[in-house]
Amino acid sequence: MSLSAKDKLAVKTIFDKVAHKAEDIGSEALARTLFVYPQTKTYFSHWADLSPGSPQVKKHGLTIMKGVLSAVELIDDLKGGLLTLSELHAFMLRVDPANFKIINHNLLVVLSMMFPDDFTPEVHVSVDKFLAQVSLALSEKYR
Amino acid sequence: MVQWKAEERAAIQAVFAKLDYESVGRETLTRLLVVYPWTRRYFGGFGNLFNSEAIMANPKVAAHGIVVLQGLEMALKNMDDIKNTYASLSELHSEKLQVDPGNFQLLGDCLTVVIATRMRTEFTPDIQAAWQKFLAVVVSALRKQYN
Repeated sequence: MSLSAKDKLAVKTIFDKVAHKAEDIGSEALARTLFVYPQTKTYFSHWADLSPGSPQVKKHGLTIMKGVLSAVELIDDLKGGLLTLSELHAFMLRVDPANFKIINHNLLVVLSMMFPDDFTPEVHVSVDKFLAQVSLALSEKYR
Repeated sequence: MVQWKAEERAAIQAVFAKLDYESVGRETLTRLLVVYPWTRRYFGGFGNLFNSEAIMANPKVAAHGIVVLQGLEMALKNMDDIKNTYASLSELHSEKLQVDPGNFQLLGDCLTVVIATRMRTEFTPDIQAAWQKFLAVVVSALRKQYN
């Protein structure tokens, strides 16, 4: 289910549009991941405050969203471009790849909340495919 | 048996209160058929499902969207016994329609996305948590007859 030219254009267009809200989107998606799927808190046991709106959640939400935006730039070679990030997630963080689906879902939910008119069904399928490819690229070094 | 806190019941009620079954039903089913195109296989009698414009305009998709939400309403009205409430629906989906159960999750995800577009900031993390729990129970009940 690789990305067509149409998918890439849809992804670039919407992420260009929402990039200025990167912190809001990323932190809201991360907050919902931690709150709605509490098993994900295991990766952040070193944080003082895991609640929505906390400074750590805001800062890390932005980090994640910047990662997603950089993946948009690397959309023609996600596996190659995300190699270092994959090593980080595989060897250091050891994030169970099941969690990529969770944060992807919450990114879609937040995009729907914040940009309902832009997040049409066509954009939805392209972004869903893109996030799935990003997850695959992040999983590349796992085994 | 699933335990529901008072706040969770209230949250699910709040979501349903905002649902325009016609609009939300049609858009949810449209998104399922567009985002996960293999699901079109289950709707062979619906006519033109070849592209998103056709799907959006298809009257059978619109009608069926309402049916799906009415089905979910049954779960809302029987929150303390969704498993038994859905026994015949589960049999229908497994024996007659032979739907791969992975698709229940996908439909739930599409519905959540549509609800998010309607409720926007009112779809708080608290409400989402209760809603995802409700969907998980619904999906589990639908899967019951498969094994």
